[in-house]
Amino acid sequence: MSLLEGRTGDWEIVIGLEVHAQVTSKSKLFSGASTEFGAEPNSQVSLVDVAMPGMLPVINAHAVEQAVRTGLGLNAQINLVSIFDRKNYFYPDLPQGYQISQFLDPVVGKGEIEIDLADGTSRTIGITRLHLEQDAGKSIHDQDPRKTLIDLNRSGVALMEIVSEPDMRSAEEAGAYVTKIRSIVRYLGTCDGNMQEGSMRADVNVSVRKPGGELGTRSEVKNVNSIRFIREAIEYEARRQIEIIEDGGTVDQETRLFDPDRGETRSMRSKEESHDYRYFPDPDLLPLELEQSWVDAIRESLPELPDQKKHRFISDYGLSVDDAAQLIAERETAAYFEAVAEGRDPKIAANWVTGELFGALNRTDTDLSASSVSADMLGNLVDLIADGTLSNRLAKEVFEIMFDSGDDPEKIVEEKGMKQVTDTGAIEAAVDDAIAAGAAQVEQYKGGNEKVLGWFVGQVMKSTQGKANPQVVNEILRKKLDG
Amino acid sequence: MTAPTDFTIAEARDALNAGTVSARELTEAHIAAMEAARELNAFITETPDRALEDADESDARRAKGEALGPLDGIPLAIKDLFCTEGVMTTAASHILEGFVPPYESSVSGNLRTAGSVMLGKTNLDEFAMGSSNETSYFGNVENPWRRDGDNRPLVPGGSSGGAAAAVSGRLCLGATGTDTGGSIRQPAAFCGIVGMKPTYGRCSRWGVVAFASSLDQAGPMTRSVRDAAILLGGMAGFDPKDSTSADRAVPDFEAALKVSVQGLRVGIPAEYAVDGMNSETSTLWDQGKAWLKDAGAELVDISLPHTKYALPAYYIIAPAEASSNLARYDGVRYGQRVEGDDLTELYENTRAAGFGIEVRRRILIGTYVLSAGYYDAYYIKAQKVRALIARDFTQAYEKCDVILTPTTPGPAFAAGEKSDDPIAMYLNDVLTVPASLAGLPAISVPAGLSGDGLPLGLHLIGKAFDEETMFRAAQALEDAAGFDDRPGQR
Amino acid sequence: MAVDRDTVIRVARLARIKVPEGDLDTLAGELSNIIGWVEQLEEVDTDGIDPMASVADMKLRWRADEVTDGGIRDKVTSNASDPRDGMFSVPKVIE
Ligand SMILES: [Mg+2]
Ligand SMILES: [Zn+2]
Repeated sequence: MSLLEGRTGDWEIVIGLEVHAQVTSKSKLFSGASTEFGAEPNSQVSLVDVAMPGMLPVINAHAVEQAVRTGLGLNAQINLVSIFDRKNYFYPDLPQGYQISQFLDPVVGKGEIEIDLADGTSRTIGITRLHLEQDAGKSIHDQDPRKTLIDLNRSGVALMEIVSEPDMRSAEEAGAYVTKIRSIVRYLGTCDGNMQEGSMRADVNVSVRKPGGELGTRSEVKNVNSIRFIREAIEYEARRQIEIIEDGGTVDQETRLFDPDRGETRSMRSKEESHDYRYFPDPDLLPLELEQSWVDAIRESLPELPDQKKHRFISDYGLSVDDAAQLIAERETAAYFEAVAEGRDPKIAANWVTGELFGALNRTDTDLSASSVSADMLGNLVDLIADGTLSNRLAKEVFEIMFDSGDDPEKIVEEKGMKQVTDTGAIEAAVDDAIAAGAAQVEQYKGGNEKVLGWFVGQVMKSTQGKANPQVVNEILRKKLDG
Repeated sequence: MTAPTDFTIAEARDALNAGTVSARELTEAHIAAMEAARELNAFITETPDRALEDADESDARRAKGEALGPLDGIPLAIKDLFCTEGVMTTAASHILEGFVPPYESSVSGNLRTAGSVMLGKTNLDEFAMGSSNETSYFGNVENPWRRDGDNRPLVPGGSSGGAAAAVSGRLCLGATGTDTGGSIRQPAAFCGIVGMKPTYGRCSRWGVVAFASSLDQAGPMTRSVRDAAILLGGMAGFDPKDSTSADRAVPDFEAALKVSVQGLRVGIPAEYAVDGMNSETSTLWDQGKAWLKDAGAELVDISLPHTKYALPAYYIIAPAEASSNLARYDGVRYGQRVEGDDLTELYENTRAAGFGIEVRRRILIGTYVLSAGYYDAYYIKAQKVRALIARDFTQAYEKCDVILTPTTPGPAFAAGEKSDDPIAMYLNDVLTVPASLAGLPAISVPAGLSGDGLPLGLHLIGKAFDEETMFRAAQALEDAAGFDDRPGQR
Repeated sequence: MAVDRDTVIRVARLARIKVPEGDLDTLAGELSNIIGWVEQLEEVDTDGIDPMASVADMKLRWRADEVTDGGIRDKVTSNASDPRDGMFSVPKVIE
């Protein structure tokens, strides 16, 4: 358990998350307007979305299916009857004056997922529920000096709100949780997980307590839209609350906003009045009823999910939890790895993917799908090491060239003459030159300084432009120096 | 020859088919009548130009021998709760004054497709909340009827008061109404016309300004049972845009009228003899029983034990839904707006100025019964009582096919008589609300006059989606009653 | 239960309807009457009864996920009292 140190002793952070994930669908939850991102303001708004008098909601079948698919991916209970409720409040980005959501009877009930931590351990986090609801429109505060402007393109887009149990105990765990949720919905194709475009965002509930003590009062940081910000918001919030309590104050139960520029949270006064949402079943809709056979068919069609894949990678390939967790984060990455590992040593394949490939992708801010090194190419490179054509060191150089040029490794080795030299004659000559040039070093070696061997190896490598097979160099050196 | 404004829809249809009258002639006669009767204040918006255009198109279709709709050339009035494309739609509220919908409600659209002519938009209680048409921002509607020897204006009932007055006063051949707790049937009874609320789900609610979504139903208001059957046929139909619309074929309601009531079991609920029922009304009820018995029906005593609780349950459920349905009127996207220094003030100013007193009262009641700590005690309790009321009907229909009651406890009252006592006003709906809560079809048929010469209605409640049986019984009542009195006669 | 002045203030605030100070007492009285009258429902034994939210005896229909609407910005904003740049406007909100 990770504890925070305060003036009065250690503190435990208790975190629960409400992740809002936009359902991947062509049209909105209750209207036929498009969900495409980035359109002209109010160009993707139907009469229903703008809440014209007499307009009525009709539910999108695909949104229901996506919610159920996600629920199954969260190992959760699917409720065959669920209810749409109205959550009543006034806000200009909420044209109806209520959000259609699910309150007492959500479509998905309890479930659980595993999160993977940097120390190579995993933990189980409980899912309380998943429900379907409408997104709000967008309020634009900075375009007009005296007015807030309202664009309703997002209004009515289908969201899945995934609520966790308050099971997380650190910012890292919360980050790992969101990472895993994102990975699951992306595997399932139910949400694109694009946090920059707001397709996924989280309300973060944070409280602190003395380890094992009573739960503290929580604050809710709304709409945090990156994993890094989620971690920062939690760390800031926990510190803030500990300070308040240690100073003898009490934490307010309130809604807060994370300011990424300052790395701080602040109270959202505009939403600070007593919330009384007056939930009641939406009389424009009937209960949502699902057939068990329909749910079963969706279950049958699920792909292998991140946690299943992770366990398989560990058991079948003998990978570490950390490597496996990294490789399964994206379906594409896992598939890439499996293609490289096919018929090869999986651990070496994993090292190349998580090491050189991820490093290069990160450094150049490139997506795997845009990588110039295909799984085939990387596999070939691994083969060239296995058959002795390349040393590890040379292979890394070849990889860099592959990554920049997109050329096959064989071609690079051929053209640049980067083959490892195992020809003893050529190496012997280079060793002889090195010994001749290093009389002093020879003396030292004979005097018992084994370390000086490295100097000779370096000389040989220099003169062979790194292509000499290091093992062969060592053998010949020892033979000559000792003999 | 009958004046065009005295035709029933069926007669006008025959005359149009026979070529003895044109749609233009029919329409011009009604426009003249509408303009001559402005003191009734039955219309909020008159659309004579549009009406003549509609009529000319109908005449042209007929002349060319094109396919005609079932209501081709028939001049109708549309309650101003139905959104009409390009024609101001207000729900009789200041907050929607000037609102011009860029869309047409499904029901009024069906009527257009059926070839009908729209004369204008009729007045109503604001957002359909009222039983006397005294809550309209656009002024009271007068009932065309007067008490004998008394020229004081009477209310037409509500909320479809303008429609009832327009049909009764011969300003249109028929009108659309909407009924949430009796808003078609009660004004029909007060104005001596037929008013019918179909089964919940029979007419689409799409494009009808919502009052209480689980109760609202559109229906016809006409001068004969046959006309109600014809007009309902033009309004009804499955609509995929309304999730509560029933995916069922629309029967030929008019054809059902041919079948006699021989052997029909008519239920008489003991509990409808409510306190405050006027003795003339009870007498008329007895008369109605006798008429149906004489026509061959069998009378069956039934019990609807929770009748008494329908009204209080209704006055929780309807305001609760309304408080949420009316949240969209905030001055931001359409309708009237009263500026404020900040957002909350904009909302509070707009809604205080835009809504009338009864609407505000109901929004506050609805907000209260849904609010934290009260929801279970009021709203959930009312929904449970609603379930019991629906169960009462289900059990009663094991013994009977249709139920006969009076429509209202008494005849039309004078303007101002009940407007300062909300509960006294609410009691008007005591006999109509139970069928609304149960979603059942019901009809009011004018059946006689009170001692001081005002019309009284008899009320039939049918089984869900069995409007046909209900229409048959209504036809039998109409035939027996031979009600041919009209306002301004005595 | 009697509806008092503070309750009227709270409910009116929730409903976003400005109630002038001078109307509060009258309104509290009216609402109390109505609430007192509906409370006769307490007499009804509803044990074991499920609340009825809808009379429509049918299943919720689903529509196909197709783009069939939108692209009608002018219609959507044609009734707005103060549209700007194709958007609706309200007094500036400070979050
Ligand atoms: Mg939240
Ligand atoms: Zn949510």
